Amino acid sequence: MPDLSEPIPALRCRGLHKRFGDTVAVKSLDLEVRRGECFGLLGPNGAGKTTTIEILEGLTPPDGGEVEILGMRWGRDSERIRARLGVQLQETELPDKLTVEEILRLFRSFYPEGRTVEALLDVAQLGEKRRTQTRNLSGGQRQRLSVACALAGDPDVLFLDEPTTGLDPQSRRQLWNVVEAFRAAGGTVLLTTHFMDEAEKLSDRVAILDRGEILVQGTPRELIRSLGGEHVIEFASTAALPAQALLALPGVSEARQRGGAWLLTVAEPHRAVPALLERVEAAGGELTALNTHHATLDDVFLARTGRALRDE
Amino acid sequence: MSEPGPLRELVMMRLRTFLREPEALFWTFGFPVIMAIGLGIAFGEPAAPEMAVAVERGSAAERHLGALRSAPELDVRLLAPAEADRALRRGDVSLVLSGRDTLTYRYDPGREESLAARLLADRAVQAAAGAPRPVAVREDRERQRGSRYIDWVIPGLLGLNLMSTGMWGIGFGVVTMRQKKQLKRLVSTPMRRRDFLLAQILARLAFVVLEVPPIVLFAYFAFGVRVEGSLAALAAVVLAGAVAFAGLGLLAASRARTIEGVSGVLNMAMLPMFVLSGIFFSAARYPDALQPLVQALPLTALNDALRAVYNDGLPLAAAGGELLILAAWTVGGFLLALRWFRWQ
Repeated sequence: MPDLSEPIPALRCRGLHKRFGDTVAVKSLDLEVRRGECFGLLGPNGAGKTTTIEILEGLTPPDGGEVEILGMRWGRDSERIRARLGVQLQETELPDKLTVEEILRLFRSFYPEGRTVEALLDVAQLGEKRRTQTRNLSGGQRQRLSVACALAGDPDVLFLDEPTTGLDPQSRRQLWNVVEAFRAAGGTVLLTTHFMDEAEKLSDRVAILDRGEILVQGTPRELIRSLGGEHVIEFASTAALPAQALLALPGVSEARQRGGAWLLTVAEPHRAVPALLERVEAAGGELTALNTHHATLDDVFLARTGRALRDE
Repeated sequence: MSEPGPLRELVMMRLRTFLREPEALFWTFGFPVIMAIGLGIAFGEPAAPEMAVAVERGSAAERHLGALRSAPELDVRLLAPAEADRALRRGDVSLVLSGRDTLTYRYDPGREESLAARLLADRAVQAAAGAPRPVAVREDRERQRGSRYIDWVIPGLLGLNLMSTGMWGIGFGVVTMRQKKQLKRLVSTPMRRRDFLLAQILARLAFVVLEVPPIVLFAYFAFGVRVEGSLAALAAVVLAGAVAFAGLGLLAASRARTIEGVSGVLNMAMLPMFVLSGIFFSAARYPDALQPLVQALPLTALNDALRAVYNDGLPLAAAGGELLILAAWTVGGFLLALRWFRWQ
């Protein structure tokens, strides 16, 4: 539902296309991110998330398609766009012999307007580490510093490429706080991640990417509802049960096999589970595994591709 | 013009990164001094060079042993024929005196010290035999100030140092930043690209201020090598050289993705100058056909300009041509680097 009071979206691209040699990284990708929204690009490694975000950041030229950033175009308005974007790249190593404060001052100096170094230290909760060289920071502190650098010019749009990969749970939450503070002040965020919980927690809307294409997009709720039920029962049994028999169980909207286990999408687990137990017993088998969980974006991805989002 | 803010911060980033790297500091400041010490020991103050000559045992030459030994410039060794041959081949002696009946001088006419040894030995032998000296001569052994090899080689070492620290320093610095994706991170901001490149050059100038005085002072106190021209002129030449090699360092590093890659490019760029640019011996020794190339090299220009000021005490204007060559390399290197530079 386009918001007509915001005629110019923060980001818009149409028919985006990019190949590297024989590999198609992104194919005919359309995307629109509204102002003040946090949009999540979710997908497994190699889905084209980084290529897409780097095209939008003006770092990688697309082979085809159109990109508009705040109503402006790369090439023609590059300098004006840069002044209004904050970019955090995947796997950047900040100069390791510089202190936190020196790096923030460096990044601040590139922007005509922006936040003070003090404010940036504050938002990244790095005040006590201001004179610490970055090589002595923890992973979480380094990542917050990287995001603080992206905030130096007080951007309208913040790009975050896999911001919490490799971080422990506490560091991830601290980083999410930084992002949420930016959102609260009206900022727009484009986020890539392969953590479904991160996408669900931060994003207003998500697009699930696979092999360079958007499989589906919408709010996390909408996508999960599209499964037909908000719960998933995962089980394995010694009895061979046909899919038809499982779909006949009360409230089961979908049944998929993965490995040796079945995944059932259900509306009401308290009714489906007893019925399942009866069915297994009637077939003369017994359960070897059973668990239920709230359906997540992982399940959405699995339903669409038959593969898990992260296959570790 | 750019605002001073980002340029200043970029220069400071480079300076801090470098000054906090102890190894890099050692190689930049320690290496030229070590080299000067080595050369000083080898060529410093030879009181009067002694020419080593060999006399073959049992040959006609052995009769003249006394005469030869009375010549103070000769270091005479009595050797068996095979040993004498080996000594000549290895350059341990410059001349072998032998002969069954007739005294024979054996030497390589392409070697200067052999020619000198031959003349000295012959003079000693002939004088002892009573050869007349029809022309009266007086020897004036006053030494010209600044005419020793060490006086000549110090400016060359300075030039060499400006080239190698400039090109290696900038080359490695830039490629490391590219490898760590720091360049990509920088160009995702509104930073002006030329500011970044300019900052690398300006940072080099700051290092030169730290790097050159120790060499000049060391040469003066250890070997008495004086700057015959003005220090201001010397500073101007040094800065012109530093800027030129900073620009070339940027150019060499403009595409490489890895340290190995940039090392190859740097070696290829510097090798001709190591050989041709008159660091350890005069570039004038190369044949005329090669001279246009030799003279166009930035290190030749820098070394000539340094020697004009350092050794000959000439004013800056005397090195105008060389400074022009350096300026051309600076501008060309910088503009091509700006154009070809790979930011990610």
